[in-house]
Amino acid sequence: MIQVRNLGFSYHNKSVLQQISFSIEPGTIVSIMGPNGSGKSTLLRLLRGRLKPDAGQVCWRGAEAHLLPRRDMASRVAVVPQQMQQPFGFQVREMVAMGRYIYQRALAGPSRRDWAIVDQALADTDSSHLARRCSAELSGGELQRVMLARALAQQAPVMMLDEATSQLDMGHKRGICLLLRDLCAQGKTIVQVSHDMNSAAEISQKILLLDPRGRQLGFGTPEEVLSIENIETAYGVEVDIEHHPRGGQLRFLPRPLSGLTP
Amino acid sequence: MQGEIRRSYMWLPVCVLFLLAAIIAGLKYGSIPLSLSELLNILFHPQDAGLKSTVVWQLRLPRVALAALVGMSLAVSGSVFQAVLRNPLADPYLLGVSGGAALGAVLALTFFSIQSYAVPVLAFSGALLALLLVYLVARAHQAATHTLILAGVMVGSLCTAVLMFLLLYSPSDPMRSALFWLAGNLSRTEAGWLPYAAAACIGVILLLWARASLLDVFTQGEDVAADLGVDIGRERLLLLAGAGLLVAIAVALAGLVGFVGLVVPHAARLLWGAGHARLIPAAAIAGAGFLVAADTLARTLLAPAEVPVGVITALVGAPFFLYLLRLRGR
Repeated sequence: MIQVRNLGFSYHNKSVLQQISFSIEPGTIVSIMGPNGSGKSTLLRLLRGRLKPDAGQVCWRGAEAHLLPRRDMASRVAVVPQQMQQPFGFQVREMVAMGRYIYQRALAGPSRRDWAIVDQALADTDSSHLARRCSAELSGGELQRVMLARALAQQAPVMMLDEATSQLDMGHKRGICLLLRDLCAQGKTIVQVSHDMNSAAEISQKILLLDPRGRQLGFGTPEEVLSIENIETAYGVEVDIEHHPRGGQLRFLPRPLSGLTP
Repeated sequence: MQGEIRRSYMWLPVCVLFLLAAIIAGLKYGSIPLSLSELLNILFHPQDAGLKSTVVWQLRLPRVALAALVGMSLAVSGSVFQAVLRNPLADPYLLGVSGGAALGAVLALTFFSIQSYAVPVLAFSGALLALLLVYLVARAHQAATHTLILAGVMVGSLCTAVLMFLLLYSPSDPMRSALFWLAGNLSRTEAGWLPYAAAACIGVILLLWARASLLDVFTQGEDVAADLGVDIGRERLLLLAGAGLLVAIAVALAGLVGFVGLVVPHAARLLWGAGHARLIPAAAIAGAGFLVAADTLARTLLAPAEVPVGVITALVGAPFFLYLLRLRGR
């Protein structure tokens, strides 16, 4: 569905990403991981055509991403942004209805069908009770669910999340992970930038790991890519990898700060 | 329940009643006060001669209409600037757009007459140039809220300084016309292009209203708006040009009237939320009412002397701005 070949990007003559090659299959979850400043968000922007690559290409079913019109791209991919302030107070339903922008006819507002889709998206994200609240007064967790609902209302086959759960507590984080897995099961393709290695390994079919200089350390299943050596190269941290006693999922344990010597 | 926004049609009767009350006050009060029955009698019998009828039909009604047009244009342009620049403090006056328009209009007046179409055309050019300048300066700073306003106030100061310079060279009573431009005045109802300007303003307001969904999306920031499918470069230019045209016409007709574009949209948002499908018409109607009321005060407060209407709006608007600044600081 999305093909990335020898992708390279630099900013102010400084190389941010180099020699990235991978592909994203429909109906899978792909997590982009790597240390701060390794170019994860830039890669996500290149994937959705918001930036023009300096080398290589990003192709969506053969079409180069940065050449696709914005409207066309918005019907292919919906983005859940990092948390941001809401300087204006919208009714939450109106916030979610913004996801229907590309479907509205010129000079007309949301149709009855648009509102039905909005309400369904709110129900799918367990936020129906927020429908009439003011967006400026939502908590971080509530706002993130509303943003997710907006991306759902956009009805694009691909969803991209840029550290969308980084500011949520454990309960809300788990809730979003479950939701992403359900969406994937329903056929959505999900590409996320994440720092949460445990959750990413649990829900992703594929992981792309970047090193601190924006080079591809590996692309493949979590077991293949998230090895002790790769993690140390990427983050400079020694970890132990275990399997969860209940389900066998991978668990990454950074070595203790003190007590290395018993 | 607290923190809830209801999408009802309550805004419409509230705004319309406010505008009607302001219009009636504007027609009733002045050098010759009228009772309500006298006023209604005059309005329903336009062919009757007499001093009072002349005062209403020849003096007060054109002035009320001008105030309504200017107030409507300023309030809607303020709403649009706030959405597109994602800055709740944006106002055509504070952004320097009004200053640019005033400079353009005065340049036109030094070479042509008030009747000339050069006045609105140069005012529009001045407004767009000032906006472009402010936008470029603020963009270099990653669009921090306060940078934009600071840049706007500076561009506005520069424009009014040049404007003063031009006026002091002009042959006709420079101090009086300086007061007109700098503090706003709604007494000039004679421009021949006024009906066309009115039609243009109402047309632009309706077009902006039709783009309510787009304005909603812009409040999420240009980056998010692009991901929601907006062709940012083109749409931003069209929206800002539309708002700039409204400001240019308002300023060419009435000089610098500040804060209408700040106070009115904020009050409307507080009452009915930020959705532009309601905000644009509510701001248009309430903005008209606000300036008609302000002008009525301006005419009657120190009668027979007249307070510039910009003084009244600043007396209301500047404290309101400070309040908003404090609110955002928290």
